Amino acid sequence: MGTLKEQFWDPVAGFGVTFRTMFRKVVTEQYPFEKLPTAPRFHGRHQLNRWPDGLEKCVGCELCAWACPADAIYVEGDTNTEDERFSPGERYGRVYQINYLRCILCGLCIEACPTRALTMTNEYELADTTRESLIYEKSDLLAPLLPGMELPPHPMLLGADEGDYFRGNFRPSQADESAEEH
Amino acid sequence: MTAELVKTNQVTVTIDGIQVSVPADTLVIRAAEEIGVQIPRFCDHPLLAPAGACRQCLVDIPDAGNGRGFPKPQASCTLPVAEGMVVNTQATSPVADKAQQGVMEFLLINHPLDCPVCDKGGECPLQNQAMSNGQGESRFAESGGVKRVFPKPINLAPQVLLDRERCIVCQRCTRFADEIAGDPFIALVERGAQQQIGIAEGVEFLSYFSGNTIQICPVGALTSAAYRFRSRPFDLVSSASIADHDACGSAIRVDHRRGKVMRRMAGDDRDVNEEWITDKDRFAFVSTRLDDRLTHPQVRDTETGELRAASWPEAFAVAARGLAAAKKKVGLLPGGRLTAEDAYAWSKFARVTVRTNNIDFRARPLGADHGAEEAAFLASTVVLGAPGAGAVTYADLETASAVLLAGLEPEDEAGTIFLRLRKANRATGARVFAISAVGTRGLAKVDGTLLPTVPGAEAAALAAVASNSDVALDSHSVILVGERLAVVPGALAAAVELARSTGARLAWVPRRAGDRGAVETGCLPTLLPGGRPVADAMARVDLAEAWGVDAVTGKDGLSGSQILDALRDGDLNALVVGGVDPADVLPSGGVDKKLRKALKKAFVISLEVRSSEFTELADVVFPVAPASDKAGTFINWEGRVRSFPKVLDHPSSLPDVRVLAGIAEERGRSIGVRTPEQAWAEIVKVGPWSGERAGFEAPASAAAPQPAAGQLVLASWKQLLDDGRGQDGDEHLRASVRPPVALVSAGTLTSLGLTAGDEVELAGPLGRLRLPVAVGEVAEGVVWAPASAPGASVRHQVGPAGSAVTLVGGTK
Repeated sequence: MGTLKEQFWDPVAGFGVTFRTMFRKVVTEQYPFEKLPTAPRFHGRHQLNRWPDGLEKCVGCELCAWACPADAIYVEGDTNTEDERFSPGERYGRVYQINYLRCILCGLCIEACPTRALTMTNEYELADTTRESLIYEKSDLLAPLLPGMELPPHPMLLGADEGDYFRGNFRPSQADESAEEH
Repeated sequence: MTAELVKTNQVTVTIDGIQVSVPADTLVIRAAEEIGVQIPRFCDHPLLAPAGACRQCLVDIPDAGNGRGFPKPQASCTLPVAEGMVVNTQATSPVADKAQQGVMEFLLINHPLDCPVCDKGGECPLQNQAMSNGQGESRFAESGGVKRVFPKPINLAPQVLLDRERCIVCQRCTRFADEIAGDPFIALVERGAQQQIGIAEGVEFLSYFSGNTIQICPVGALTSAAYRFRSRPFDLVSSASIADHDACGSAIRVDHRRGKVMRRMAGDDRDVNEEWITDKDRFAFVSTRLDDRLTHPQVRDTETGELRAASWPEAFAVAARGLAAAKKKVGLLPGGRLTAEDAYAWSKFARVTVRTNNIDFRARPLGADHGAEEAAFLASTVVLGAPGAGAVTYADLETASAVLLAGLEPEDEAGTIFLRLRKANRATGARVFAISAVGTRGLAKVDGTLLPTVPGAEAAALAAVASNSDVALDSHSVILVGERLAVVPGALAAAVELARSTGARLAWVPRRAGDRGAVETGCLPTLLPGGRPVADAMARVDLAEAWGVDAVTGKDGLSGSQILDALRDGDLNALVVGGVDPADVLPSGGVDKKLRKALKKAFVISLEVRSSEFTELADVVFPVAPASDKAGTFINWEGRVRSFPKVLDHPSSLPDVRVLAGIAEERGRSIGVRTPEQAWAEIVKVGPWSGERAGFEAPASAAAPQPAAGQLVLASWKQLLDDGRGQDGDEHLRASVRPPVALVSAGTLTSLGLTAGDEVELAGPLGRLRLPVAVGEVAEGVVWAPASAPGASVRHQVGPAGSAVTLVGGTK
């Protein structure tokens, strides 16, 4: 048998916490009916960015795949031709897949990307009912075309070569339209 | 005595405070490797002459062996060791380390930072050594980091691309082209910062070994057009393998990604190919993934008469029924591209399941005697030879006093042999003689001497060598005979006689990877596995005992061309055909009407990787695995056993041995082995024949055919790169095929009233073909043209080698 305090006061004292909480603001989020914004640098679904003229920033170098600790990224590069250009320079990513069954959203791929083609959005709703649909293809990952952008393939509109793109030496007529990546 | 001799040639040096004894004339950079110190380097390559071009390997030498040191750091890749020398590398000397960092800083002034899009990224000596022996910062970045740029890339050859801004001018490629391949079509051009590798205007780097420059380039300046941007080193799984395009047995490395071969690299095997392979071995691997790859068994539907998909058990059953109905009237053509294990299965299948000797691996013209002389030559002289058992090896070629080639053009037909002959010629001045109609560029590169011979007269030419004082053959000499001698009566006998009378050693060099293995495993009508002659009853009993069968038939078998003739005449009821290209066995290049009718009537089983004309006429079609999809063994021309593991897992194709085992079991006459591993174990168990070898009686050598007045004799063979099916699918490689020309001597050209460059019409027994004419070192009365080239197939459109042809000038 315990002391008198243990027998009679302690069981009632717990309700004090309950009573105090009744006058505090509720922390429950009404997800999915109500969506709150994430922290600005939250690691969500990836995005493949575009240059302001719509060409892809990805050069298919596979450094993201190399950095990935979960082996979630698969890339195949290919050669741009004069008739069919997807990115400035010689090389572009023909196949780009991220397997969200494997991805741990650690962001090492973002750090590895030499062209800032790969960044992360704040989107976190990455659930689905099949395995296949969780392997995101290039078409699922590419950033939407903003005003002023043109769907590749098309020639380089902002500079004479890839150096102009990488250094930001855009042609004046187009430079003001340049949009920041997300 | 020997130990003392070796000892006196040793030199003791002190590297980083550690004493090491190395042979005299060893370079400091290699002596340092002995104690485990890796000095950074770019231009240095163990198989190329020292150049000292990149300066990356600077070391400090406080004592050069004479008590005095070098005042400045020295390039360790050009400096031989001296007794008592003291060397301090970057591991212990701040002077050497600073010098190396400085050189690296210079090398990187103009080297672009495009590693993410460079094929070499991840396996790049410059990347690695910039990390290990460079400094993080460059002082040249202060000027804005502006680098020299060139328009990129340019084609040195159709399959080799050059990014000039990445080049650090180490000259490995130009030295390879000059020293090893002998095709000095690339050189340094311009001066100073503009110095670059270049080709002469309009003259491409057309070498059969150009791909090696891609592999030895220490930066990403030379890249493969086919592999460019295809994958990254860390994607690739590397498997050691053996090249399957010729009989050299070159070691290769197959790099594959997700079940697809991305590239092939040369393997490192000092005894065979050193570190070099031909472009065919390097680039021709795409053909097995083209659309015509067979993926499932097919049988001919009895009602519709069309091929339809079938299950493996059904196809085995149908094949076994067809063979049972054909009794012993069956011919087997396994082709020359099989591994030794598969060839053994074919051989045993013929003897145990079909009970016939009608089997011949030779899928090529066999001459008037249907290859009898060659078969006898192989049985008596070639089979069971191996390195260590007295057979000629690559090392023997390197030390030979003289090499005589007959019916063989090494550059086209055995690239690794060509490189060894060139190495021997450059190192020891070994003389090379060729009994041939044409003094080719390949012969010139080994500084060879042409013994001009009209096709068909090789036997007489070989006999005449014995009395030719210029060609001094002795016991250190080697005679290499090619498979083309099979069509010349008496030529192989003359070669054997020449070897006997001069003491020179003799070796047979076939064209296909599986040819020699097929000889060893008895895919010949006169030969059983292990070199057992069919004609020898003792050998047959020995084999029957090893196999556990009642008897092995001693009945004479038909050779390859006889099998096809017998089919035409309706004497055979069934044909089992393997990887045989109809273009190789049929003079007109396709199945003629009579044969088509015969094949439709006969029961045909086809074991093929890709659909061919035979497959379309077959009653049962089995898809079999190409060399990349199965483990196996090639036996090269030396007799060297070259085993390789399975590279890719492709469940839809089985090795020939499994397919034949399936048919045999269904037929009720099992061949006892199902996998390549079991087959090899049985080859070893059955062993070589220890009894008497088959003799070789010289057949009567026929006089060389004399062409009629106004006619020329056609000399012809397949060049390394042609229209062969194995090279399908790589357009860059095909673009580097040498353009076909008709080659004649200057005298013949004048007598015909032509000038070089004219387009002429070459007319022979099979038809006519228009080709440009050129002048070369050609025997009088002979015209040479490549047997096959894309769009110009001389062997099918004009005639086989040795035919009488006419050359008529036309308008340009």
